[in-house]
Amino acid sequence: MTRAEIKIAGFGGQGVIMAGIIVGKAASIFDRFHATMIQAFGPEARGSACSTQVVVDQAPIAYPYIQRPSILVAFNQEAYELFEPQLRDDGLLLYEEDMVTLRPNQRASLQTFGVPATRIAEEVGRAMVQNVVMVGFFTAFCDFLSYESVQKAVLDSIPPATKDMNLAALKRGYDHGRMVRAGDGVGVKV
Amino acid sequence: MNADPRGVLTGSHFLDGDHAAAEGALAAGANFSAGYPITPSTEVVERLAGRFPFTGGTFIQMEDELAASIAIQGAVWGGSKALTVTSGPGFSLMMEHLGYGIMTETPFVLVDVQRGGPSTGLPTMPAQADMMQARWGSHGDYEIIALAPSSPQECFNLMIRAFNLSEKYRTPVLLMMDECVGHMLERVVIPSPEKIQIEPRRYTRKGPDEQYWPYSLEECNNGDLVPPLTKVGEGHFPHITGLTHDDRGYPAMNAKSQAVLLGRLVDKIRNNADDIITIEEDGTDDADVIVVSYGITARVCQPAISRARAEGHKVGFLRLVTVWPFPEKRIRELAGRVSAFVVPEMNLGQIVREVERCSQGRPKVRGVTHAGGAVHDPEEIYNAIREVMG
Repeated sequence: MTRAEIKIAGFGGQGVIMAGIIVGKAASIFDRFHATMIQAFGPEARGSACSTQVVVDQAPIAYPYIQRPSILVAFNQEAYELFEPQLRDDGLLLYEEDMVTLRPNQRASLQTFGVPATRIAEEVGRAMVQNVVMVGFFTAFCDFLSYESVQKAVLDSIPPATKDMNLAALKRGYDHGRMVRAGDGVGVKV
Repeated sequence: MNADPRGVLTGSHFLDGDHAAAEGALAAGANFSAGYPITPSTEVVERLAGRFPFTGGTFIQMEDELAASIAIQGAVWGGSKALTVTSGPGFSLMMEHLGYGIMTETPFVLVDVQRGGPSTGLPTMPAQADMMQARWGSHGDYEIIALAPSSPQECFNLMIRAFNLSEKYRTPVLLMMDECVGHMLERVVIPSPEKIQIEPRRYTRKGPDEQYWPYSLEECNNGDLVPPLTKVGEGHFPHITGLTHDDRGYPAMNAKSQAVLLGRLVDKIRNNADDIITIEEDGTDDADVIVVSYGITARVCQPAISRARAEGHKVGFLRLVTVWPFPEKRIRELAGRVSAFVVPEMNLGQIVREVERCSQGRPKVRGVTHAGGAVHDPEEIYNAIREVMG
């Protein structure tokens, strides 16, 4: 693959946009890729649907939009319901397992992995770092992104006072991803 | 002149176009902005307001767009480099003062982050439907300079270019962004200050005791139609008016003065079109069909062009970086050798009229319109290319 098309979605307030910024920044500032990020920008601030599309490519990105994502990161049920049908047949679905219940007739061609991001976030400090847990979890499946560049992008994006909590959130999400991935070996290259 | 290091945030950043535009203004040396924040342009002034205290600038939130667009002009006559930023309805309200800036030859940058209209329209969604308003929105005859960035990096670069052109030609310059470019994040590389060229403001060499006329060409070289400025409060007492005026700046309301003044205002842009116009071309040399585009649409059309090329069609790409003045010379040249132009834009047909005008009925001209609210589906543009191919 030469282009990763990533959709991240959830409620406004869950840190969806920040998750997109961290991924885009990690890829294009702290790693060697090009990245674009488009925000679904609505008048609502919190509690409504919120999504972002991040494209990562080795070459400069002319077209920054995504029609069929290769990866969906779903923070809640609505995001899953809304965007799962758009995922490519060989797509990767990563989801908050306490917030999303997969349909019984879920497409078998997708690779699906869950993480209790909110619970982990609460364990490391506060529920608000659930997005960083999700980013860590996501990183474990992205062979194109090094953990170090994502870590740098997190540190570059958060208030310094929350550094320890965010780094712990990232590590826990990443470790969980490595663990659940171990059996399947599923990963995304660019 | 190199950029003042105080305003230059050298490094690689992951920024949206709005923030990148603000950084471009700071790098260009802007030290004053008055604004009435409006979606989707708000992030520009939000960043300026946050950064100005560290660079020595001032931001004032005004009571409305009329106040914002005239406060910046007062600041310029006081010696500042100034900009204001708006969208949709605010752009309409600023039209009167855009004309004032053109008539009084006040250099500043006006940013319009385009959203769907008319009226309040689609506040959070994109359009490119203010392109003709940019050209003709203020009453009277004039020439205007308008640039259209396609990426956050270009929001930074073209903001500096907009300031440089405004100083060089002593005229307002429009930066015509769109909501997509404004809210899209991408890597923005800000060079070191010594790599950023800034056009210095040309001030009169006359001392406080000498006669200074704000519209006199006596300090200009032959053919240069741009008189130097002065800083109000440092010795000279220029008279500045939106009325038709003479070299002294005093009202001279007669046909002769009007012809002289408007002739010069228009000629200082028209005579320098080659210096002002920037276009980007790819594969136009042997193209049968050329896609003419600008802003975000210049990126949205790329999959369509690639697909048609992959099928063996000779499709060229021309991007208007400068939209006004329109690159009519180049479009005319190309019109003589292509079979068609395809002009996708996020409006119901604006720049396509200019392409038609320059084509003079020779090649086919096919607009690909969109009412706004979302970008084109590249498929529509592909279909248009195939259609004109016959």
